[in-house]
Amino acid sequence: MNRVRAGDPNLVRMGFMPLTDCAPVVAASLLGFAEAEGLRVNLTKEASWATLRDRIAVRHLDAAHMLAPMPIAACLGLTPLADRLIVPLMLGFGGNTITVSRGLWADLKAAGAPTHLEAKGTVRALAEVVAERRRRGVAKLVFAVVHHHSAHTYQLSYWLAAAGIVPNVEIDIVAVPPPLMPAALAAGQIDGFCAGEPWGRVASVAGCGRCVTTNIAIWRASPEKVLGVAQDWAEADPERHFRLIRAVYKAAVWCDDPANREELARLLARPEIFDLPVPILQANLEGRIMIDDGEEIRVGGFLNFSASAATFPWKSNAAWFYSQMVRWGETKMSAEGYARAQATYRPDLHRTALAPLGVSLPTANAKIEGSIDVETAVPSTVGRLFLAPDSFFDGGVFDPEQIDAYLASQPVKAAAQR
Amino acid sequence: MNDRALLHILVIDANRIRASIIEEGLKEAGQARVTVIDEAKGLMRRIVELDPDVIVIDLESPNRDALEHMFQVSRAAKRPVAMFVDRTDDASIEAAIDAGVSAYVVDGLKKERIKPILDTAIRRFRAFERLRQELDQARSELSERKRIERAKGILMRTRNLSEESAYALLRSTAMQQNKRIAEIAESLITAARLLGEEEGT
Repeated sequence: MNRVRAGDPNLVRMGFMPLTDCAPVVAASLLGFAEAEGLRVNLTKEASWATLRDRIAVRHLDAAHMLAPMPIAACLGLTPLADRLIVPLMLGFGGNTITVSRGLWADLKAAGAPTHLEAKGTVRALAEVVAERRRRGVAKLVFAVVHHHSAHTYQLSYWLAAAGIVPNVEIDIVAVPPPLMPAALAAGQIDGFCAGEPWGRVASVAGCGRCVTTNIAIWRASPEKVLGVAQDWAEADPERHFRLIRAVYKAAVWCDDPANREELARLLARPEIFDLPVPILQANLEGRIMIDDGEEIRVGGFLNFSASAATFPWKSNAAWFYSQMVRWGETKMSAEGYARAQATYRPDLHRTALAPLGVSLPTANAKIEGSIDVETAVPSTVGRLFLAPDSFFDGGVFDPEQIDAYLASQPVKAAAQR
Repeated sequence: MNDRALLHILVIDANRIRASIIEEGLKEAGQARVTVIDEAKGLMRRIVELDPDVIVIDLESPNRDALEHMFQVSRAAKRPVAMFVDRTDDASIEAAIDAGVSAYVVDGLKKERIKPILDTAIRRFRAFERLRQELDQARSELSERKRIERAKGILMRTRNLSEESAYALLRSTAMQQNKRIAEIAESLITAARLLGEEEGT
């Protein structure tokens, strides 16, 4: 493919999908953070992750707001138009909800589901509902995710499997474009979905959905979206790439500041971004989740753009996604594949790019995921750095050095592997 | 060529006019059976029922992720509908994306059979885009002509001018201000409306 292009050497063409965590990319592009780094951004909204991926492959785009597992799947050759993508920065963690239809919520409540978004009790109740439907010969439940290679797919599958529900066997998983989730739920095409906000809230406000848990209830530091960059674009001009990382980082810090939430909500509400009312977006940014009859729960740390090293691309995050791709039969465990998956995430580039800013970053490239129960100080490049808890709801611990043992210990595997 | 050798192409497009332009092109090429569906509910079930060899879909369709997910799950679960994004060659992939079209093909289908289909789809997508631009232009020209007619009428009424001199006045004003006649006509209509000379329509 012709990857040479003439023109402005300071131009970055970036794509995004309308989900709240596109905020750092949108803010970097539209609020002057990129400009301050001498970059000119051509920002485009895409209609699907597939189109966003295709546009990177033919270099209509240089970088994009992407689902965390997407670049890994691309580097493993699991996606069409596979390409070498790298992840120099995370766009934060948290921000998803699992929302079910009002009908399913009634069944869950009857089966003893907790009302306050707790992950374990909810999935136990769900397992009972699934078993009961099987006994009665009622059709399988259908849950939707936004894309196959998404954090949502692996979070939802992990959550279901912990209660013994086999994804794609006992509950069907389909993909639905995020803005169409509420309508699909209302029409009874799906019984639930796992998607980034604001779509859970939109379904709640419309009266067709009930949020039952969040991704941070499943995994407290659950990585969600990333800045995916075409590797050859990054290598063609490393300094330009570093400027982009700095611009998005500064935007992420700005997005995390409660003082800026209203302005950020207004920015995201614009017709060319979400085209949604400001209060819906503001509620997301504040971590307010609507439950019954307009009652809200404020979920601490629901959406994290930069605090607690949320932008840092841990190799152990990439490793966990790889472990789940193996678990669900999408790829076979191999040393080479594992190395390639981890090589997609680039903490080294993150550190180099942010060095001039004097930001406190971890000195390690990987951590044992699920091992931090309370805020903990960790070795850092400068100053003091505390990491927020990263535990899994079922107490699972993932040591990237022990992937084989981890996989062997997972209670439920893909249908084909059982 | 017997019927079994004929490829079954599914065109998924919410835009019925474009879909029929593509359908016609593919049928003319004569190597295929063509089915057209829009993006209504139950799309996935319809695809399973129709069991196409090739799917041609608008690149801007939000349903592409849902399609790809179904193909991915089908491959893992060895269900019937396992298709792949067309990878015939880099040049045609780029041309397809530029034209705004995306294609999926069943596994094992030969390049030589896919290429002419994709080429036709690309040509037809481009042809539709040109047609759309021409239509837009024609529409805006039509409304410009209407505006000029109305502006002429205002001048004829308020300044007792002949049609010819009313037009001449519009033209000379446009030239002086380095604007298009239609723009001058627009300003005149707005001004007349503000002054109560012209009823808003």
